[in-house]
Amino acid sequence: MSDAAAHVVILGAGHAGGTAVALLRQYGHTGPITLIGDEPIPPYQRPPLSKAWLKGEADADSLALKPLEFYAENNVDFRPNVTATALDRAAKTVALSSGDTVSYDVLILATGARAIALPIPGADLSGILFLRTAAHAEALKATVGPGKTLAVVGGGYIGLEVAASGRALGAEVVVIERETRLLARVAAEPLSTFFKGYHETHGVRFELGASVTGFTGQDGRVTGVTLADGRTLPCDAAVVGVGAHPNDELAKAAGLETARGVVVDLDARTSDPAIFAIGDVAHRPMPIYDRMFRMESVPNALEQAKQAACAITGRPRPPGECPWQWSDQFDLKLQIAGYAFDADSVILRGEPATAKFAIFHLKGDQVQSVEAINSPPEFMMGKILILNRKPVDKARLADPSISMKEVAA
Amino acid sequence: MAKVTYIQHDGTETVIDVKTGLTVMEGAVKNNIPGIDADCGGACACATCHVYVKQEWLEKTGTKSAMEESMLDFAEGVEPNSRLACQIKMSDALDGLVVNLPESQH
Repeated sequence: MSDAAAHVVILGAGHAGGTAVALLRQYGHTGPITLIGDEPIPPYQRPPLSKAWLKGEADADSLALKPLEFYAENNVDFRPNVTATALDRAAKTVALSSGDTVSYDVLILATGARAIALPIPGADLSGILFLRTAAHAEALKATVGPGKTLAVVGGGYIGLEVAASGRALGAEVVVIERETRLLARVAAEPLSTFFKGYHETHGVRFELGASVTGFTGQDGRVTGVTLADGRTLPCDAAVVGVGAHPNDELAKAAGLETARGVVVDLDARTSDPAIFAIGDVAHRPMPIYDRMFRMESVPNALEQAKQAACAITGRPRPPGECPWQWSDQFDLKLQIAGYAFDADSVILRGEPATAKFAIFHLKGDQVQSVEAINSPPEFMMGKILILNRKPVDKARLADPSISMKEVAA
Repeated sequence: MAKVTYIQHDGTETVIDVKTGLTVMEGAVKNNIPGIDADCGGACACATCHVYVKQEWLEKTGTKSAMEESMLDFAEGVEPNSRLACQIKMSDALDGLVVNLPESQH
């Protein structure tokens, strides 16, 4: 299927939707493109919101994927502040919150995910924030500074990045995590221990194994976080970072196949050949792990935008990529490649005390994933090994005096 | 503003006025120039904004950080004049810069 004149409608103006627009034009799609987003601004990069942007090191212009003029100049009808309310697959139309209806030849669902709210008393007080959008980040930035106390609910990557940025802005920070270690769902134990120590050195306090039962407030504004043990930790603002839920309701209601997101194939195509789904909302195949899953990362959004743009413009399917992500906290650069699915051994390379080390997860003698702290060679070669499935010698991998190129040779 | 010439792998040349202070990567991405992917948006985390700097400009673009050096070490087709475009900030001194783009960033 390739029709250069087709009208492509993209629901969701995040990193995935914005990239799909750019790639469709790069790949020679000449038909009209309509980009529909629920935020007031064109697509921008979200990762800096918890990092450089929060610390005031990046401005709105530098966050934008493309300048606003780009859309008009490239015959893209960008409609901000609008959501889709219904999808009619038989008529190939989408009803919008503005009251309009748009017809499509090809539809791309890039509706992303939304932050999960805690169903506890006081959760609707002002000063309880999420970090998903530029508006969220703006609200957080306005609240955090010297003399303020920030409570972070959730010791995942968002929580830890916000904690580090909060400290950089001079606020007191306490991180509250339900599990007994940080990053419990996403990282190996040595990494959890390392991050806890590093953050403590920088003045972050932790409450681990602590359940939040409610928020206290005064005049409608949060003043504290109440824990299951009865204590209330005072705060001027709280950030809740406990995961996200895919915005797949529209697809579900329209009868598209969904699992933990909208089910797609390696072209990012859904069970309806005229509809694609990309980014955080998609439940996608990962052949290197022989399974389907949903990922929340920029590289995933970019890879799937590329898959969809190739399929729509009749280009060959792009080669599969190794999933990866990164996190910056204080002066640490964490780069993660792959996922530790089915891993049966963990190899530590380097010494955590030096803040330069990597943790490899292997299945047999194949690398499934690597978590690299300030260690680009381990990350870069790890990506290659995860993709090419080449067996490695574990003893050599554990020896930092042998270069990664030699280990992989 | 300072001019940068981006030369695609197929020889296509595009000249862009890049605001000083922005990086060579941002100049390409914001103008939708193919060939620079910049997956991480400039965090020096991905090595997908690999460019070859024309020899006469190499010195003016400054020296590579240890992080850039080791990321580049694993990129494809690395040459002595390879740089990550996200690590080159445009200044008046770089007006006229010419960079060649590799065949692929992945």
